[in-house]
Amino acid sequence: MVTRGFFSGRRPPSDTDARIPPGQYLEQGFPVLSAGPTPRVRTEDWSFTLKHGPKPIKKWNWAEFNALPQSKMTRDIHCVTAWTKFNTPWQGVMIDDIFADAGIEPPTAYTLALSFDGYSTNVPTKDLVTGKAMVALLYEGKPITPDHGGPARLLVPHLYFWKSAKWVNGLQFTERDEPGFWELRGYHMYGDPWREQRYSSDP
Amino acid sequence: MSAEPSQSPWQAATITRIEKRTPRVTSFWFQPLRPFTHLAGQHVDVRLTAPDGYQARRSYSIASAPEAGGGIELAIERLDDGEVSPFFHDVAAVGDEIELRGPLGGHFIWEESDGGPIVLVGGGSGVVPLMAMVRHRTLRNKAVPVALVFSARIWDEVIFRDELIGLDDRLDGFNLVLTLTREPARRPSDYSRRVDARMMAQAVERLPKAPKLAYVCGSNAFVSAAADALIGAGVPAETIRTERYGV
Repeated sequence: MVTRGFFSGRRPPSDTDARIPPGQYLEQGFPVLSAGPTPRVRTEDWSFTLKHGPKPIKKWNWAEFNALPQSKMTRDIHCVTAWTKFNTPWQGVMIDDIFADAGIEPPTAYTLALSFDGYSTNVPTKDLVTGKAMVALLYEGKPITPDHGGPARLLVPHLYFWKSAKWVNGLQFTERDEPGFWELRGYHMYGDPWREQRYSSDP
Repeated sequence: MSAEPSQSPWQAATITRIEKRTPRVTSFWFQPLRPFTHLAGQHVDVRLTAPDGYQARRSYSIASAPEAGGGIELAIERLDDGEVSPFFHDVAAVGDEIELRGPLGGHFIWEESDGGPIVLVGGGSGVVPLMAMVRHRTLRNKAVPVALVFSARIWDEVIFRDELIGLDDRLDGFNLVLTLTREPARRPSDYSRRVDARMMAQAVERLPKAPKLAYVCGSNAFVSAAADALIGAGVPAETIRTERYGV
């Protein structure tokens, strides 16, 4: 349905158009969204736990985690609220390297990312490995600020950004695809921006 | 009207009424082809389509109460560098059809069964989803005590001002606390400064008992400050729900 009188001047140039998923617009800033107050997690209180169901596999404190191999990822990110931001530079620990340090192969096909504030979000395990995702510690070369999820946030840039859990403190392997915070509140279980999987009713 | 496949979540809605609320905020009432009942605090997505197929979509909170009837009210703030809000302010007219999808959102909502007392804190047009909660409470259950702290720059930018002051004057358990950041307070009980913990503590004191839930909506900077102020006033972080515009 064409909207009477709508002729946007905001149409992206054709060279960038191919990088913007359907229904998204290009944002230069870095908007902040979250469901509750911003937790201030001190690095001395920080830890990251890998779990299979309720059973811990390995736990790292801040110094131990920072000693893991660090990688850089510069990626376009896509928020379900319709903004896309190009070329966001992150540094952190690839999920592959976390699993390697724990000495495991992923035991299940599904993972829940868990956060200090009680937030959770589900991501298929295959979307976390083979260089697709990291636990980010730096943004633009500096510690991630609390409102953007610092000290550490998950980065799964090929899915809508609510999957990139802020204030992450663990990954939990689950036997089934368990919905997390937003997935229990009407948002899509997978969240592929290129298929516009915003809400649970989207195919 | 183009027929949407029945499974499409998008539908046409007709603009039935337009009313300027403040110099920068105008309310638009929409009558969807397939009417729905929303929950107070939910939003809809709106989609505009240019002749060449280019689309722009934005989320707007619903200001009307679920039981209000007469379509859903969206109070849209004009953003000068925006793409969708200038269309509504400059082009949209009564009778136009706009595509929308909803209702959406399952977190920043208040239902009668959630109980109270509740504290609502809004900055600028962040008051819009809170207004749906206030109206829902007034129509459904006035026994729920409410304190609304509403921060605006100036008196003339207080959205829903007459309605809110009218509700405050009823003394039925709804308490309005206005704070103006760029003008002196107009009412004796109001403030003229940015929100802080002391203001939140005094707002909470107007309630008969400690709030069960708090809702904060506005710009990111406002929500961060207001949520910290609530925590500083002793409101537990886990009872505070936030919604941020993101910029």
